[in-house]
Amino acid sequence: MKKLINAINDVVKEQLQGLAAAHPDLVKVSYEPRYVYRADAPVKGKVALISGGGSGHEPMHGGFVGRGMLDGACPGEVFTSPTPDQIYACAQRVEGNAGVLMIVKNYTGDVLNFETALELVHADGLQVQSILIDDDAAVKDSLYTAGRRGVGTTVLAEKIVGAAAEAGYDLDQCADVCRKVNRYGRSIGVALTSCTVPAAGKPTFDLGGTEFEFGIGIHGEPGRQRLPMQSADEIVEMMVQAILDDGPYTRSVREWDRRNETWVDKTFTDEPFKPGDKVIAFVNSMGGTPLSELYIVYRKMAEMLEQRGLVILRNLVGPYITSLEMQGVSITLLKSDDEILKFWDAPVHTPGLRWGM
Amino acid sequence: MLTKAHIIAWLENTAEALHQNKEYLTELDSAIGDADHGINMDRGFQTVIQKKPEWQAADIGGILKSVGMILMSSVGGASGPLYGTFFLRSGMALASREELNGEDLLKLLSAGVEGILQRGRPVLGDKTMYDALAPALEALSVSLGNGEEDAIALGNAVRAAEAGMQATIPMQARKGRASYLGERSIGHQDPGATSSYLILKALQDAVI
Repeated sequence: MKKLINAINDVVKEQLQGLAAAHPDLVKVSYEPRYVYRADAPVKGKVALISGGGSGHEPMHGGFVGRGMLDGACPGEVFTSPTPDQIYACAQRVEGNAGVLMIVKNYTGDVLNFETALELVHADGLQVQSILIDDDAAVKDSLYTAGRRGVGTTVLAEKIVGAAAEAGYDLDQCADVCRKVNRYGRSIGVALTSCTVPAAGKPTFDLGGTEFEFGIGIHGEPGRQRLPMQSADEIVEMMVQAILDDGPYTRSVREWDRRNETWVDKTFTDEPFKPGDKVIAFVNSMGGTPLSELYIVYRKMAEMLEQRGLVILRNLVGPYITSLEMQGVSITLLKSDDEILKFWDAPVHTPGLRWGM
Repeated sequence: MLTKAHIIAWLENTAEALHQNKEYLTELDSAIGDADHGINMDRGFQTVIQKKPEWQAADIGGILKSVGMILMSSVGGASGPLYGTFFLRSGMALASREELNGEDLLKLLSAGVEGILQRGRPVLGDKTMYDALAPALEALSVSLGNGEEDAIALGNAVRAAEAGMQATIPMQARKGRASYLGERSIGHQDPGATSSYLILKALQDAVI
């Protein structure tokens, strides 16, 4: 293993120190317990938006803390979910009398830790809500698995809901926008190489020199299938088809019911994409794939979407939700309406994403 | 009758057992999960054991609650909130107790397992820690109901947990990261069921 690190146990702490040192105008960091928060937190009268998850996906989530996006982010160890005490302390720190919205990626560890934290925050008398992101079209089934994983749509949701909160949406309205973004977004990822978790010291899985893994998540977990390596165009074709040909997806999700102060099961269905849909297209590097290849992917994706009658209104190309140094790419398509587009275009200023200000 | 010393010995035994089985648990987890269960559980219980000086002044309920809080904040993954909730709830069920009779022992386990049920919502056969814990609770309840001594009843519970743990091998996972493997999760013993067995075995070892 060859990495630019010092002691393995210091990897997360030292990257947070670097983030704080590089962006003192945007973020501050608490080390005990660990969380990143807006330098001007709490923002009075604004819904506080927090997220979190394992480290190793940078810039998500700490790099998305700032104006127009997250108020706080809770990083766990590499690929390990954060713990309730971190999330609880973060919520306390950023809460500005308008409630707290937690954006949670659908991984069992993240879900259980955020649910526990939500109960702690609620017990303190704060208004709190959490919304799950589960957009990974590689997972077909929700009955016999933990359901679709939260991947690329998370980045888009943090941007869009962040702008909604900034614009004065209340907690219910922010939660509604977040649910809509999740329902409208779908992703698919591929890996050309594995990645090496510092504490493990060796690659998470073996991928032969002539193979790629189709339908991966963001932790180097196995995908839908392993296939012989193909050209960029052939791989992109498979990816775009996997998203566009994905049928309705129905699952039951546990959500916090603020009025009755209890968890309830809700059933949601995502409708498939159809010709005429307007989308935000997001081509993301898993960390090790260069921008040059992302544009080769974007080129083919745009061509295919046009053939299928979809209109790309906005795009995002770059490394935003990564798996350490993994070579690979994910495509996320988000169906857009006027509200989503307005909040996408709204100004944002964070270490990892900035426009309009 | 279990004393506070028994409970402290249980926690020490658990830390020791998880430390010795750190590699084994991680190996089980690398087959169907993300290869960190042993590392996480060991880190959690090593943190627990550092709090031992604070237990002198606490009652059994207070000790178990503090164990729950520590696990919740130091383990991470899915196991942190699940085991954290187990100890938190068992501690709450035994508030201000200085010693435990058979009925209290049953409370300890049933409150803890109920907490895991509420948090993780497992059902039998999902290939989780619940597949070891549920049979153990059932065996403890039956044994105590038959008027058997605490140590005998606990022995029966541990045997049931062991059988439940082994029964996870042919199961197809329906919870957690292992569920994405589908049929490929069959043939591997569940790491969570294994750590649950080790924790109950550590309690038995403390009582004998």
